[in-house]
Amino acid sequence: MPRVIALTGNHAVAYAVKLAKPDVIAAYPITPQSPIVEKLSEMIESGELKSSMIRVESEHSALAACFGAAVAGARVFTATSSQGLLYMHEVVHWASRARIPMVMALVSRTINTPWNIWPDHSDFVDQRDAGWIMAYAMDNQEAFDLTLQAFKISEDPSVYLPVMIGIEGFILSHTAMPVEILDEKQVEEWLGERKQPYIVDGSEPLGLGGLTPPEDTEDMFYGIQVAMEKSKDTIRRVDREYGKLFGREYGGLVSCYNCSDAKYFAVAMGSWSGDLIEATSKLRDEGYSLGVVRVRFYRPFPHEDLWGTLRGAKGVFVFDRAISFGAWGPIYTDLVAGLLQYTSKLPPVVNVVAGIAGVHVGAEDFYEVLKSLIGQVESGLEHGYFKWVRVRR
Amino acid sequence: MSKSQVKPPLPYSARDVVLPGDAACHGCPIPIALKVLSAVFGEKVILVVPACCTSVIVGTYPGQSLRASIIHVPFASAAAVASGVAQALKMRGVSDVQVIAWAGDGGTADIGMAALSGAAERNEDLIYIMYDNEAYMNTGIQRSSSTPLGAWTTTTPITGKSEHKKDVAKILVAHSVPYVATASVGYPHDLYSKLQRARSIKGFRFIQIHAPCPPGWRFDPKYTARIAKLAVETGFWILYEYHNGKITLSGPSRPLLDPSKRRPIEEYLKLQGRYRSIAPELINSIKEYIEDNWSWVKRYLL
Amino acid sequence: MVRVVKPEENYKLPLTKPVVGVAGKTGLWRTMRPVVDNEKCTRCYQCEIYCPVNVIRVEPELGVTIDYEYCKGCGICEDVCPRSAIVMVPEPGE
Repeated sequence: MPRVIALTGNHAVAYAVKLAKPDVIAAYPITPQSPIVEKLSEMIESGELKSSMIRVESEHSALAACFGAAVAGARVFTATSSQGLLYMHEVVHWASRARIPMVMALVSRTINTPWNIWPDHSDFVDQRDAGWIMAYAMDNQEAFDLTLQAFKISEDPSVYLPVMIGIEGFILSHTAMPVEILDEKQVEEWLGERKQPYIVDGSEPLGLGGLTPPEDTEDMFYGIQVAMEKSKDTIRRVDREYGKLFGREYGGLVSCYNCSDAKYFAVAMGSWSGDLIEATSKLRDEGYSLGVVRVRFYRPFPHEDLWGTLRGAKGVFVFDRAISFGAWGPIYTDLVAGLLQYTSKLPPVVNVVAGIAGVHVGAEDFYEVLKSLIGQVESGLEHGYFKWVRVRR
Repeated sequence: MSKSQVKPPLPYSARDVVLPGDAACHGCPIPIALKVLSAVFGEKVILVVPACCTSVIVGTYPGQSLRASIIHVPFASAAAVASGVAQALKMRGVSDVQVIAWAGDGGTADIGMAALSGAAERNEDLIYIMYDNEAYMNTGIQRSSSTPLGAWTTTTPITGKSEHKKDVAKILVAHSVPYVATASVGYPHDLYSKLQRARSIKGFRFIQIHAPCPPGWRFDPKYTARIAKLAVETGFWILYEYHNGKITLSGPSRPLLDPSKRRPIEEYLKLQGRYRSIAPELINSIKEYIEDNWSWVKRYLL
Repeated sequence: MVRVVKPEENYKLPLTKPVVGVAGKTGLWRTMRPVVDNEKCTRCYQCEIYCPVNVIRVEPELGVTIDYEYCKGCGICEDVCPRSAIVMVPEPGE
């Protein structure tokens, strides 16, 4: 039977993984991710979970071991953060280009140097071009739901790509919230057996990843792009299915709040969307016509959904918790390029980068920034611009 | 004995897996080792291959020169991927397939060392084979930590390598894994029996195969086997097995415990262009290195 | 449990299957050709065991046969033959 218990984001992920029953888990400790694999280790040692845990000597090996196990027919899971993900990066590409389904939880933390263990999205967006389906949760319940859905999406024959689920370190990972844990039998029935495009297990002589000429390689990579496009419908379908079965539907690749009648829109990803929604509620009470679009899936980039919501907007304010040094926030870049697929006339699209390296940005900060931005558009701002807002207190 | 009664010293299955027409250089030792491997395991192997000569030798998509399974993996990851494959097969109840990490010296002694040490320490149930051609041959003969003292490479182009060869088998002995062996393409039957032994043991097994490379070591391709044997006969490369905490010298190396039975190292060096400019004091240093290795082996002898 | 199901789209996957001559007719690489004198051959199998291209077969009745379509002409067989029953001779020039 489903039950509601108080769980940290890390443990919410671990409980979801337990229900997905992976054959093999491989991971390496890193703050703030470690409690995920600690919990899974406990589940395995107590006999609750029948998985093989490979306690590897590095993140590079963690994903490599997952890759090998997945290729040989196992459902696999790993989790990491920040430097760990960067250390894995080579294998991140290797797995998606092999079209091998697998799931990784990323507990975000900024990137060194200097030493800093607080969250922003820089580790997550750093994997942008790696061919993974990339989703980001807003709260612990969504972390649980997305982790389960990740297995379903990854192993769907329309997709066959690895899936990465992001949550912010500490903000979610170490904060307890009520999370509904689903019924084991029901999940098992819904998730079904693992599917993958091929298995290398010695049952027939088969090679994976040998030297390949340019034209054939390009064809393989084109297939990844096609799968990314197809995955959008699969993500929406899985979200609806999950909603019907378990009562929570999130709107597919994006979640919208007060969007139907809004003239201005704030766009964001991750847990600070909650603070953003709080700020916009207050502004709406004051008469501002403002909605929030929360990016749940960063890859594939949901430009159709964004256009559907943002067409006709008077102003769009994109909040990025990461910076592409020398350019802008990564969601902003994609959003502008995405909207230009549909129109040559954009309203002012302003990029606010903030919350870098774990700097706290609260509802009151969003309130001030949004009020000022709307004021600028109302007084004649004609085009977008970029601003790194450094909140100090 | 009449000719019709002659039996091949390796089983006929050695004929079946390595298919003619691969992309290996003339006289390449690697397919020789693969043939011996196939004599033991047939096609029921999954070779986990990081960047190395074998990545190229097995040929181009959509074909491969081996009637066996191959997973090409990132350079540093052979032991880790093989760990994953082995665990997956175990969880799925597949027991008739041998997982073998098949890596060169660069992928083992250098970039893959952490993953190798990790898998060895965890005692993963797999066989790791390091074929040792003593440099980065696939990228064009650059120095590796397994390149011996004095050898010319494209990154030690004038003076030759100024350090001794890293002893990976010794490092694996220090991990106390169930089985460690050194072998050579010069002695296929010895390699065959070591693979058979490895097959009968559970847990992490490591075999280092000395593999003379004609273009990299600068010798006529016809001399691959001859030079491999000379490395053993001069005592430079010692054939042994480590099991249950003890070392057993293998047949070809056994008499060489007595230094007077060894052929002079110069016979080995002079056949290889990579030693053409070696300084005499480096030859003396190689002789001391050989003595040190034998002293180490003696400590573990049964 | 796991099952192989084809991807919905029909692009190539990075998979390879065993094939003879993956690098072409490697016999064309040859500048020297091993020639066998089966009268001298004692069926010791050394040439077959060491042949890196796996093109030599020793049969008790027939002696040594070589598949010249793929033999690269490295000469290892000549060097390992204890009876000099294999000799490398130059391939005819163009």
